[in-house]
Amino acid sequence: MNAPVTPALLYLDNVTVSFDGFRALNALSLAVDHAEMRAIIGPNGAGKTTMMDVITGKTRPNGGTALFEGSHDLTALDEAAIAELGIGRKFQTPTVFDMHSVEDNLLLALKNGRRPLATLFSRGSAREQERIDALLERVRLAAHRYRKAGELSHGQKQWLEIGMLLAQEPKLLLIDEPAAGMTDQETADTADLLRDIARTRAVIVVEHDMTFVRDLGVKVTCLHEGSVLAEGSLDAVSANERVVEVYLGR
Amino acid sequence: MKAQSLFDRQTFIVLSLLAAAAILVPVMNGLAEPGSALHLSDHLVPLLGKYVCFALLALSVDLIWGFCGILSLGHGAFFALGGYAIGMYLMRQIGPRGVYADPILPDFMVFLNWKELPWFWHGFDWFPFAAAMVLLGPGCLAFVFGWFAFRSRVTGVYFSIITQSMTFALMLAFFRNDMGLGGNNGLTDFKEILGFPVQAGSTRLALFVFSVIALAGGYLLCRWVVSSKFGKVLVAVRDAESRTRFLGYRVEHYKLVVFTLSAMLAGVGGALYVPQVGIINPSEFAPANSIEVVVWVAVGGRGTLAGAILGALLVNAGKTWFTAALPEFWLFALGGLFVFVTLFMPRGILGAAGYLWERFSHGLRAGRSPEPVTHAAE
Amino acid sequence: MFCLRNILRAFVLLIGMTSAVLAEPYEEALPKLASDRYADTDAAIGAIARSGRPLALGIVEALRDGRLLSGEGQVIIRRPSGELIDAATGQAWTGSSGDLKPVRINNRVRRAIEAALGSLTLLSPDARTRLQAAQAVFRSRDAAALPTLDTAIAQESDLHVRDALESARAAIILTMPDALPDQSLAAIATLHGRGDQEALVLLSGLPSGMSSEVAAAARKAADGIRTRLAVFGALQNVWYGISLGSVLLLAAIGLAITFGTMGVINMAHGEMVMLGAYTTFVVQELIRTHAPGLFGVSLLVALPLAFVVAGAVGVLIERTVIRFLYGRPLETLLATWGISLILQQGVRTIFGPTNREVGTPAWMSGALEIGAMSLTYNRIAIVVFAFSVFATLLLVLRYTSLGLYVRAVTQNRRMAGSMGIRTSRIDALAFGLGSGMAGIAGVALSQIDNVSPNLGQSYIIDSFMVVVFGGVGNLWGTLVGAMTLGTANKLLEPYAGAVLGKIILLIAIILFIQRRPRGLFALRGRAVEA
Repeated sequence: MNAPVTPALLYLDNVTVSFDGFRALNALSLAVDHAEMRAIIGPNGAGKTTMMDVITGKTRPNGGTALFEGSHDLTALDEAAIAELGIGRKFQTPTVFDMHSVEDNLLLALKNGRRPLATLFSRGSAREQERIDALLERVRLAAHRYRKAGELSHGQKQWLEIGMLLAQEPKLLLIDEPAAGMTDQETADTADLLRDIARTRAVIVVEHDMTFVRDLGVKVTCLHEGSVLAEGSLDAVSANERVVEVYLGR
Repeated sequence: MKAQSLFDRQTFIVLSLLAAAAILVPVMNGLAEPGSALHLSDHLVPLLGKYVCFALLALSVDLIWGFCGILSLGHGAFFALGGYAIGMYLMRQIGPRGVYADPILPDFMVFLNWKELPWFWHGFDWFPFAAAMVLLGPGCLAFVFGWFAFRSRVTGVYFSIITQSMTFALMLAFFRNDMGLGGNNGLTDFKEILGFPVQAGSTRLALFVFSVIALAGGYLLCRWVVSSKFGKVLVAVRDAESRTRFLGYRVEHYKLVVFTLSAMLAGVGGALYVPQVGIINPSEFAPANSIEVVVWVAVGGRGTLAGAILGALLVNAGKTWFTAALPEFWLFALGGLFVFVTLFMPRGILGAAGYLWERFSHGLRAGRSPEPVTHAAE
Repeated sequence: MFCLRNILRAFVLLIGMTSAVLAEPYEEALPKLASDRYADTDAAIGAIARSGRPLALGIVEALRDGRLLSGEGQVIIRRPSGELIDAATGQAWTGSSGDLKPVRINNRVRRAIEAALGSLTLLSPDARTRLQAAQAVFRSRDAAALPTLDTAIAQESDLHVRDALESARAAIILTMPDALPDQSLAAIATLHGRGDQEALVLLSGLPSGMSSEVAAAARKAADGIRTRLAVFGALQNVWYGISLGSVLLLAAIGLAITFGTMGVINMAHGEMVMLGAYTTFVVQELIRTHAPGLFGVSLLVALPLAFVVAGAVGVLIERTVIRFLYGRPLETLLATWGISLILQQGVRTIFGPTNREVGTPAWMSGALEIGAMSLTYNRIAIVVFAFSVFATLLLVLRYTSLGLYVRAVTQNRRMAGSMGIRTSRIDALAFGLGSGMAGIAGVALSQIDNVSPNLGQSYIIDSFMVVVFGGVGNLWGTLVGAMTLGTANKLLEPYAGAVLGKIILLIAIILFIQRRPRGLFALRGRAVEA
């Protein structure tokens, strides 16, 4: 465990997940570097969500290796432990704590003691306030600080969730369809935000919106039937015969 | 959430009302002339005391259901266990004054021809030990049960059903004479508590006041818990459990802590209940009792704490009135209450009142309302 | 004609002579019956029983029932009709009845009476009476019955009765101190063949004076019987388990449908069972008053009615309450609990709080004996019924369009909805189907349980356990769950007692949920996670 097996931040090798005989992931292999942004595309049922489930500990694979920072075995850890390692996840439909204020949503996400006793006796500190102020600025929600998250618009919730991810100070962010349901302007802003984030952290973005993927301008991996179909620049992948056949369409 | 600061207006109102009850009841019972309009007759004191204990039980259910979305259909079991712990102390206090005049063995053991005290009865003659067991008994059961259930992520209706089975299994167990806790007669015929006769009016007043103090303490404790960051995590678990997990919180630990705490609170309620009603028997474990507690909370407004207290008092007062005036209709009324509240008043009385108040005073104040209900879908 | 009359006359004469020969001990014994010493009464009963007189049976029965009177050295029988008869002559008694006192009996005399009755009825023309007599002799082991037994065995044609007679004879021989070893060994073999608890008691409780050969044979036979009884005991428990499992299956199968399709825990499910049982009661009452001849088919009439009544109530509940609570399983649980309270109290108000009696048709009473096992017909009927209901439901779900829709909604509600299935209608129908199934279960349960307003409550927790254990993925889970729980319960009972067994099982299920939180036959995959 001491000597990293791989220099990659995230390293999946030969990962297989099957549900009652159906192979959601079929010998999937993937490596993502530090501070790299990667876009994942692929048709429905290609295994994109299942892959995220494996990385975040929600689903245990039937076989294969999943390593983080070369030494942490993700298949043996639960969600909370993986989150503490520094992997954050944004869901496809924005999931925030509707009943909490925007501020409290960020407060809960801040990198801090996660144990029951720590939270029971924790009282807000000035440093926490500063962090929250900064995050609110970054996701443009400073004006909505005291509103309940449930009252925000769809796009604002997406950004709040990204803000919560940043509050966790993760090394790797998994982002599922951030542009879904957004206006063109919001989509473009989101792409900017993600590119900005990717300067310091690794980001994996799952997206169907090809314009958005083009905006990101990063390496693309196309999944199909649970394994990697093609990998490379968006232009290279788009030119791939098989990709065109199963996903992009002629 | 400004609404959740420790000493807000709700807390002030609740504590004032409880203080008023703790003062007025003894005054009206002891000082007012019998026959005057202000006089509170003797039999009402333990009845009110009983309601207060039920309110504590409702509070404990609200803490886990209202704030963490855990619907326990077995909380009556923790209440009963607390009651049994104090019941055992009271049995030991009877000493040689029982029917069979055995200095050590309670009457039912003599009746069953037992020769010596079972091991788990030792220590209960000492009040501090019994008091500790009031917390430890329900606490340990909740911890072990919760540890198994939460670790394997048993949630929603599945959890509700197994808690119901838990209290059902305990009821069956306590009905057995072999259990050494009085079988279906339970523990009764108490004489003294801490040297004071349990039947005496002054003891009953003291027990009432202690119950009110315990309720106030329980309320403050719950308020403190839910207004801390811990409480915010609980609400987060209630509304989006897997989101909370992916933020790095060990949801099972949170549930376990709050479930155990809630069980202990319920145990205290049971411990104060038993000396006031004078008996504890296995029917307290009946699953129907535990479900009834949930409707108290629902009526008052879940997730508001004060609503749980209000609901327990209202429904139980209604029950007392109905069973005297229209005994046939009590179950219709209770059943109808379940349906009505879930269909038309999901926020309960306080929730609805808070909602109306918020709409009424919209614009003047932002966001001051009791925690409204959300429906934590599974 | 002449010939026949002569034969007849000779026959009468012969009977007369026989009775004349035997007259003496009978006449002699008669007054002793009224003796103050019980020993005399005891001996007199034996003599009378052996006399072969037609009145002998009447006398012994009268003695047993306290209808044998005595006075002035006469013994008088009072018939149940009140008529008085002189025991010596068989004629009506003409004396005054004022001085007559009943003959007193004590336990010793009572035993003698039982033994005498046993041998007296051994030759009865009615096979059932003979069987009972043989069993009585087997228990009394009265050596005096031996000659009669031999006669009876020689002329017995019914195999079942013959077996009983043989073992009675064997029992007497084994307890006779002067029996020959060969006779004893043969008797042991006969008892070994009988192989039940009574034979075992007899064989293991032999007097110590036996020869070692006989004692060894008896021990071996007793061991054999013990093994046989243990095997049958286990089989019997398995049968009880299957029978309980069938009851659970009936009660839980409807719950599995509603829980499976809608994720709704219907706490009023038990009350649907109760409604089914009360429907049976009403049907039987109507048949009793209007068409008593149809009583045998009352249950068959009740089945569809119970389905309709419970199903209609189910649809009503779904349309008026549950429909508004979808996506809020915990609230649904509370609301249906409220409904269950209302239904219970409603039935209590209409039918009263006490148990109502539901009759069992003649064809369902009695029991089937297999070896040392006894399978009552009503239990057999319930097992068969439960499995047929299960099979029918399986076919309905597999081959009808309703079944297809229900399965579709179970697996992926949203997708089913977008494919044009009217999910809310399917919900109502599925809820009606599940409740109707509960109603049918109520018809079956009315045969083995008290029909009271609390009927449903006693099954609801067990039904939940079946569903939780079996999982809601498919009906097979319910079947396996019900049978496993039923059998485990009954197999635990002899060791742990009924209550403790149940507690152990509940704990086991709670632990089981650790391993498989969604039950034995859970659905897996994205649809469930969502």
